[in-house]
Amino acid sequence: MSLSSASPLAVPLSTPLVTVQVRTVLLLAGTAFLALLAYYFIGVDEGAMSVFGKSTMIHEFFHDGRHFAGFPCH
Amino acid sequence: MEKKLIGRGVLVGAGSGLLAFVFARIFAEPIISKAIAYESGRDAAQALLDRASGITPEAAGSEIFSRTIQADIGLGVGLILLGAAMGALFAVAYVICLGRTGRVRPRQLSLLVATGGFLGMFLVPFIKYPANPPSIGHEDTIQQRGALYLILVFCSVLFLVLAVMLGQRLGKRFGNWNASLLAGAAYVVAVGIVMVIEPSLGHLHNNIAEYGRHATETPLPLRDPHGQIVYPGFSADLLFSFRFYSVAAQLILWAAIGLVFAPLAERLLTPDEVRSRREAVGV
Repeated sequence: MSLSSASPLAVPLSTPLVTVQVRTVLLLAGTAFLALLAYYFIGVDEGAMSVFGKSTMIHEFFHDGRHFAGFPCH
Repeated sequence: MEKKLIGRGVLVGAGSGLLAFVFARIFAEPIISKAIAYESGRDAAQALLDRASGITPEAAGSEIFSRTIQADIGLGVGLILLGAAMGALFAVAYVICLGRTGRVRPRQLSLLVATGGFLGMFLVPFIKYPANPPSIGHEDTIQQRGALYLILVFCSVLFLVLAVMLGQRLGKRFGNWNASLLAGAAYVVAVGIVMVIEPSLGHLHNNIAEYGRHATETPLPLRDPHGQIVYPGFSADLLFSFRFYSVAAQLILWAAIGLVFAPLAERLLTPDEVRSRREAVGV
């Protein structure tokens, strides 16, 4: 049997789950920001630019992963 | 609901990162070790050449972390964190898409968003700037290389989002199939333009000045003043394996995110009475 949107077995999701509400927007933007921060520290920091100045601790620690995940290195 | 979905996304991402780490530890680490051995051998040969022509060779920098720590802990922590971060971005995109994608069910949507993440965050930028093992990449171009790569990742993701929006608009006029093809073509053209505008890494100013005009930074054979090769160029086979495994690991990461998140989201999003009715019919 096929599931059309009118069937009681279908998932009723014809309206967006997320609408423009301050709380939701903040949650999504905050999550995305933290994720991008992690992406930056694993892949970029102490290479092309550096937050903590001329240290190479983070760069060296993530060295292999950085190469392997496709980030430019050295 | 959004919080639960995002929480699931981060957890699934971290787990997928762990999976990618296991793969990387087994398949990529031997290659990384060989690449590092090549680099050390080349540096030693270069030092001999320098000394022969009366130049004092540069002292090698001291190592902060041992190779064991880099390979076992650094790589693991890096890939798990990267997985969690990608899982979080994935979940944000997923939550925004929910209810805006017509009759696409939560399970299918999970696979679609994961495919988008794999393409946008990794594979498309990889086409122009592929992953490189240690010993490829000149130190004095790292700032330009970093910026070029991030610009391409940014454009690739941005254009993907715009293409999806474009496809949705065109859908009413051209139907889903044609609209998807048109939006896909628009994406390829837009990303292609950025790829053409951005320079090849070998064509960066510093590289041309120091090494001549080559497409990439992959080390060529080292020659003595008479033009004799004293140390080989970087192994093509090694380079291929590294890049192949790099793509495979990302494929594992994103496939695991999409496949594991799918049933979790379906369960969260399906009201209890619908689920029990389904189970009764055996759907």
